[in-house]
Amino acid sequence: MDLSLATRVVAAHTVLEVGGEVDVYTAPKLRERLTELLEAGTRALVVDLGKVEFLDSTGLGVLVGGLKRSRAAGATFSLVCSRDSLLKIFRITALDQVLPLYPTVEAAVGSATEGDGVGDAS
Amino acid sequence: MATVRLEFSPEPAHVRTARLVGVAVARKAGLPEDRLDEVRLAIGEACGRAVTRHQRHGLREPIVVEMSDDNPYTVRVTDRAPDGIETRHTDPVDEITEEASLLLLTGVADEFAVSPAEDGNGSVVSMTWPLKRSRR
Repeated sequence: MDLSLATRVVAAHTVLEVGGEVDVYTAPKLRERLTELLEAGTRALVVDLGKVEFLDSTGLGVLVGGLKRSRAAGATFSLVCSRDSLLKIFRITALDQVLPLYPTVEAAVGSATEGDGVGDAS
Repeated sequence: MATVRLEFSPEPAHVRTARLVGVAVARKAGLPEDRLDEVRLAIGEACGRAVTRHQRHGLREPIVVEMSDDNPYTVRVTDRAPDGIETRHTDPVDEITEEASLLLLTGVADEFAVSPAEDGNGSVVSMTWPLKRSRR
């Protein structure tokens, strides 16, 4: 499989872990999965691109579409990406100004809530 | 003059093959590793554009990719779509995708140009990367 998709829940956020290559061939599958998750009623969607090795303009379009549809559904949408080669793509297209990017899943899910009340160990 | 010439049916599944071959030829030509990601991306964008143009018109003719390992490393992607080089989009996301594609092509290839095909049928995207052959 050129594209892998796996879902998990972290702090009431649906995290979609994307792996492999997102291109003109595989991007429709990603779009389908994002649509399914939003239609299933997720309120907070995090797309983790940590295992993505290649992303092209079709992939970018699907992510922008995901952001738009999330907003229309009243859900939050964020991306996790720390790979330089991918960050460069967001920068060149100026989509880093449009898509909410975080370096880790923890940062993405923690952005809306501060201080989970981690207890002191004494 | 092409060193490697690839033709593929205008289907998205084959764009990856073109990327892989393009990177292999670039590596053999001596392009440094840190520029191969750019080659992969640019060829992907150019071929994806060609596939979309053929699909829009229901064309079954193959897309042609020519790679020359002269200096500069040059890739030309030729499509046979009858429409002009500009396209009209109804969906704003499609428009963003096309703009992103052009930005990426301009951003990663040293030289990039889109021109009508020589026989007037379709368009050619050409991209070049100079080979810096330095001895360290």
